Amino acid sequence: MSPETKIAADELERRIIEATEAGLPLVVEPYAEVARQVGTSPEIVMTTMQRMLERGAIRRIAAVPDHYRLGFRANGMTVWDVDDGDVDRLGALVGQLDFVTHCYRRPRHLPGWSYNLFAMVHAETREEVMKKSAEIRKLLGRSLRGGDVLFSKRILKKTGFRSRGGTR
Amino acid sequence: MNQHALSQTDRELLNILQAGIPVVPRPYAACAEALGLSEEQVVSRIGEMLAGGLLTRFGPMFNVEKMGGEFTLVAAKVPAESFEDISEQVNAFPGVAHNYEREHELNMWFVTATSTKAETDALLRAISEKTGLTLFAMPKEKEFFLELKLKL
Repeated sequence: MSPETKIAADELERRIIEATEAGLPLVVEPYAEVARQVGTSPEIVMTTMQRMLERGAIRRIAAVPDHYRLGFRANGMTVWDVDDGDVDRLGALVGQLDFVTHCYRRPRHLPGWSYNLFAMVHAETREEVMKKSAEIRKLLGRSLRGGDVLFSKRILKKTGFRSRGGTR
Repeated sequence: MNQHALSQTDRELLNILQAGIPVVPRPYAACAEALGLSEEQVVSRIGEMLAGGLLTRFGPMFNVEKMGGEFTLVAAKVPAESFEDISEQVNAFPGVAHNYEREHELNMWFVTATSTKAETDALLRAISEKTGLTLFAMPKEKEFFLELKLKL
């Protein structure tokens, strides 16, 4: 490949991110369209994106639904105080529940905040969120020292995340 | 609009699309065949769902941390009487990406998006100075990764 047509890997990734940040082109062959936009071949775009998937820079190429619009009107942030020795093992189990959309271990802020495991639950109603929360409670079993559910009352701000952060 | 208004095909399509499409020349071919649609129909349905707001986004989901970005969840206890003013002040910082009011003593929960840990620290200091709030930063220490989400 001649020097002027070869794009460095970093630069190529940057251009692919730019071209797809707002979303994948809505055509039957989207990677070919991305390739046209970044100035390379479809094969190179696919190889590069596959590599980004493998190292986790891209989690997946997928749809992000608007939970609220899909009827999941209640959103509860369930928070749990779990023994430090068990939190990673149990967090992995909680993360596999199909109604948990995000699951993280976070630092406690003692004495006021003792919860170290967070699992976001979306459901159609509050009652449904509480039922699901009870399922998580059961799963956490003896390692659980306490829990709470924080329902969202209002979205105060919501912006699209930029891939490199900080700008919005 | 609620999920019961979705057709069975829409539901199945959404479940497939949430799990993700492959990196192959025609990534919708398999899903179209499974649903008895053409690839063009799948693509145009995705477009309609985006336009109608059922989907907020469709494309690569970038892992910001792996690309040199940083998200931090921050909680604060905001007095009810100044909630609106403080909410405006917090939201005015460009580094604040999401902000939710939640039912708890810690009633404000926002997420900052910056490039570095140092930027996060500086942003939190600035928000704290501006609003007088004590902020509780709860950066993720570990993420329990999830594959397929919200079965419809």
